[in-house]
Amino acid sequence: MDLDDTQEQAAYRAQARAWLDEHKSQAPVLDGAGALQDESEIIAARRAWQGKLAEGGLAGVTWPKDFGGQGLGPIEQVICNQEIAKAKVPGILDAIGVGMLGPTIIAHGTDEQKSRYLGPMLHGDEVWCQLFSEPAAGSDLAAVQARARLQEDGSWRLSGQKVWTTNAQFASYGLLLARTDSDVPKHKGLTMFIVPIDAQGVTVRGLRQISGEAEFNEVFFDDVALDADAVVGGVGNGWGTAMTTLMFERVTIGLGSEGMGYNSNRFAQAIAADADARRDPEVRHTLGEIASELLAVRFTGYRTLSALQKGQVPGPESGLAKITIVNGAIKAGDLITDVLGPDALSEDGEWAYMISFLPGLKSAGGTEEILRNTIGERVLGLPPAPRLDKGIPFSELRSKETAAA
Amino acid sequence: MNLSLSDEQVFLREAARGTLSRFRTFEAIREALDGDAGALPDLWPAAKQAGWPGLLIAEEHGGAGLDAFDAMLVLGECGRVLAPVALLGHLPATAILNDSPAGASLLQALATGERRAAYLPVSPPDDVSQKWTVDPASGLQRGPAPTATADGDGARVSGQLAFVPDAPGADLLVGVALLDGKPVGVAIEADASGVTVEATTRYDASRSLGHVTLQDAPAIVLDAPDQWLASAWYLAQSLVAAESLGSVETALDVSVEYAKERHTFGRAIGSYQAVKHSLTEVLRQLDNGRSLLYYAGWARGGGPAEFPLAASAARSVAGRALDQAARTMISVHGGTGATWEHDAPLYFRRAQLSRRLLGGTAGATDRVAGELLAQADAA
Ligand SMILES: Cc1cc2nc3c(=O)[nH]c(=O)nc-3n(C[C@H](O)[C@H](O)[C@H](O)COP(=O)(O)OP(=O)(O)OC[C@H]3O[C@@H](n4cnc5c(N)ncnc54)[C@H](O)[C@@H]3O)c2cc1C
Repeated sequence: MDLDDTQEQAAYRAQARAWLDEHKSQAPVLDGAGALQDESEIIAARRAWQGKLAEGGLAGVTWPKDFGGQGLGPIEQVICNQEIAKAKVPGILDAIGVGMLGPTIIAHGTDEQKSRYLGPMLHGDEVWCQLFSEPAAGSDLAAVQARARLQEDGSWRLSGQKVWTTNAQFASYGLLLARTDSDVPKHKGLTMFIVPIDAQGVTVRGLRQISGEAEFNEVFFDDVALDADAVVGGVGNGWGTAMTTLMFERVTIGLGSEGMGYNSNRFAQAIAADADARRDPEVRHTLGEIASELLAVRFTGYRTLSALQKGQVPGPESGLAKITIVNGAIKAGDLITDVLGPDALSEDGEWAYMISFLPGLKSAGGTEEILRNTIGERVLGLPPAPRLDKGIPFSELRSKETAAA
Repeated sequence: MNLSLSDEQVFLREAARGTLSRFRTFEAIREALDGDAGALPDLWPAAKQAGWPGLLIAEEHGGAGLDAFDAMLVLGECGRVLAPVALLGHLPATAILNDSPAGASLLQALATGERRAAYLPVSPPDDVSQKWTVDPASGLQRGPAPTATADGDGARVSGQLAFVPDAPGADLLVGVALLDGKPVGVAIEADASGVTVEATTRYDASRSLGHVTLQDAPAIVLDAPDQWLASAWYLAQSLVAAESLGSVETALDVSVEYAKERHTFGRAIGSYQAVKHSLTEVLRQLDNGRSLLYYAGWARGGGPAEFPLAASAARSVAGRALDQAARTMISVHGGTGATWEHDAPLYFRRAQLSRRLLGGTAGATDRVAGELLAQADAA
């Protein structure tokens, strides 16, 4: 049992560190003195920096070499994340594309799609977004209604709405789950498409969040024309393709949480600064409980890496780590606010954004209830709740739901 | 990076499971609670045969020379069946001796299990108090550590320690005392003058405890470095954590099986979210605890500065996990879970007592905060 790098890993770490030492002066400054203020300048700077990271081999670490990646394992990805964090520079802008959507295209896309889209995605020239959720299809993702209709010439016409789409405001493309057949049960009639955001008929509208900032969007599709080669993974196979994306989403969340700054050392730092709080038994007890769980997740991450290194795929139990992280960070925000008082809620301070972001993060990437259902069924082997939508053609579902109500 | 069990570790765990499966521990504990103290099996001969007493003793002294993590694996197996094996007292004691040349001559008999040691738990200073302290007989105020006065080559030790695990029947008591205000390791023969061990149990018949009183008791002074004296405390924390998580594993297994079989309103109760989600909560806490055992197991050898944090965090999470698992087990089993004949009450009793021993789960949780606050100051 050890946490040490192997010789090759140590060499990779040294190489990543050397590259960062040489190039970090070119990284955009996002916090503190001299920080960029203008939103579009920030995005432009972060895209350019992603390009630099890609050139240096610090983006798409696990992508195959053929597509501009390094062809390395998840351990090297984590080493790379650690070195980026140590260098105190931003990571890639398009974590959703590079971490989840790119790998989906690598797994299910055609050769043409791979050669057209992966390079610009990796380099930040084209940012991507995940067009899955809809107003009536979040947890119940297979209920999507965005409808793509096949045309006689083999092309498609897409109409419908997506919502809570992170990064759509500056994305070039989205990976979109649409219904292509309503007369079969809901998981069967789905197809995954690549959709250009600048296509005729696409409208992106920012949705403001609790913080007041608009980091996600609603996206409308009004008779948008898509070529036959926009389909990823085959017509009618959209559910399986979406599952691949969600699997990569788990890996991204599981290995990336510490990078979000939800870690016990940072929270302890805030308490340590208050001479009374740090001796208060109740504060200490709460901090100790939160910190113990967040430390556990750090080592759960290492355990996952050990398993990945042996070629195992992370199972649904990695959702437990998400529950722990989000709830732990929520409690930490609460504790820090108890200690600092209303100042903790000052909009331009260190904590207000985190405190505002976390309640939504509870839903993003699978709500706690859905994760617990999945884990209860797939890990503990408990029976599923009875469902009313099994085996029923999607077109008949609505009337069944209304009748049952 | 490698955080998986080695083949040897898997073997050690499986062998321990096999050894312990020969005993009817649950029935015995119930009988003991009913007043038949003789019902509890003496597991020490089985422990000797399996080589557990020497787990942490160097090979040159007749031990297996293994690591804290290996010991945690064995304690986890004990916890799975609530087996009363006196390792919680013995192993930290042997760890102190193993690191002290002056204790070397005592090791051989302890490694074979011919003699049994008990650890006198004295908790090291933290970020708030510079004192070494002991668990009090009652109340919140921690007691003073035993004191030693030099006596020739050795010392005479006085002090009181309450609820010392596995003290009754131990041949040797090993712990920490303050000599001129400085912590030193001490080893005291249990039958020496000035030593009394009052056997006691509370609520959990499977846990042997003793109130130890020392009055000018003659001791060998052990030349273990301070850090190793403190390390014994954290080793004990991680062993309780491992033992607790073992209990969580079986409590969860039994509860999950029941939730699949028991039907109400035409459905298995495990299909109801209230039941399913409470069981996944136990799994979540168990999984967190397991990860922290790896952290503690790694830290003792690989990053000793982090061992206090790692072991305390493991203890904190494991203590809560066991309480949660026991309570969930009771409620998932409905009325059955609240009956004497069921095993759930035994887990519950184990949880309520274990969480209060060796500084308590609450003490460990406070220690996690203290360690992190100290780290924050250093950063
Ligand atoms: C910050 C943020 C970013 C996001 N980014 C994206 C993105 O980029 N792309 C994208 O496609 N989506 C994104 N989402 C959407 C996210 O995936 C959904 O919000 C999420 O899956 C929940 O779906 P919903 O909002 O429709 O809630 P619902 O599914 O309607 O759930 C409402 C409530 O009901 C509960 N519930 C529902 N079903 C069950 C059940 N079977 N058992 C128990 N409880 C149940 C849920 O847990 C929840 O509490 C984002 C969301 C947030 C908050």
